[in-house]
Amino acid sequence: MKINPPQVNSKILNIALADDDEDDRLFFQEAIEEIAVRTKLSLFQNGKELMDYLNLPNVILPNLIFLDLNMPIKNGMQCLKEIRNNPLLNPISIAIYSTSSSEKDIEETFVNGANIYLNKPSNFSKLRESIEKVLQINWQYHTSNLNKDNFLLRL
Amino acid sequence: MKMNVTYDLNITCKTLLREQLDKLDIPHCIHSTGEVEFKRTPTHEEMEQLSLNLERYGIQILMDQKIDLVQRIKNTIDEMLQDDVVRLYKVSSYLADQLNYSYAYLSNLFSETTYTSIENFIILRKVDYAKELMANTDLTLTEIAYRLNYSSVAHLSNQFKKTTGLTPTKFQTIVRKRKENRLQQPI
Repeated sequence: MKINPPQVNSKILNIALADDDEDDRLFFQEAIEEIAVRTKLSLFQNGKELMDYLNLPNVILPNLIFLDLNMPIKNGMQCLKEIRNNPLLNPISIAIYSTSSSEKDIEETFVNGANIYLNKPSNFSKLRESIEKVLQINWQYHTSNLNKDNFLLRL
Repeated sequence: MKMNVTYDLNITCKTLLREQLDKLDIPHCIHSTGEVEFKRTPTHEEMEQLSLNLERYGIQILMDQKIDLVQRIKNTIDEMLQDDVVRLYKVSSYLADQLNYSYAYLSNLFSETTYTSIENFIILRKVDYAKELMANTDLTLTEIAYRLNYSSVAHLSNQFKKTTGLTPTKFQTIVRKRKENRLQQPI
């Protein structure tokens, strides 16, 4: 065996988005493609699809998951709790991506282990800006010895 | 039963490194910035073994010069923030002195590879340190601000809010509730 320099591949952030609204998924995908941080995006239509994927054997886990709160079949809060109760999924950062800006919702998701709370912005350029900020900060947590337990960001 | 511990990552990593290097009988000297100097050139087999052993602890041997230098910039920043004396130096000249490159070069290299600037990284690191102290000690915000070299509590609070989107009080509430949550869960 040889010691290889860190793979270029390891420098790509794997991102997942679970959102039942097709337009929202599309906007998100377009926005993330315009951002300098190199990413690979997987899309899911509801919480169940996402969780089934995460529980596949030998799956490459995403570094960061964007979770819509209101989804049919399995909602964002249920996913969040399931992910945080599974030690295998522990390294994943979770961003709640929701239209709700109720302080109660926000606090509840943080208390249940969310790292980021992002309000769905009203227009495309704001969306791109917000995602960019989330990715930049997440990147630092991914590559530096910052304490992930205390990773909380509200945008 | 529950127990709380606090640890110094710097010491943890150095001890681990030392133990692993000693295990393979490689004479060495561990420098402060995550740099290990070998007293003799290790064989290929030894390097492979070392790399394997360290991997288990999430320690990676850096081969790429640029990534290596960026890591040393980060390590130096961490040390600066934790050292009462060094903390008062100007970051740009301290980094340039310690790493033997001009600050302009270091700063460009850093932005190029990390999607952020050295200045922003330092803020993120300081806020991270403040969070650590808020979550795990009984220090007041005033004491934390002083310890991290902020001119005032207001300065710390503003930077905290700007970086995390939360006020320090809100952050503390969330951390406290998380702990309560965990205690309620069956072990």
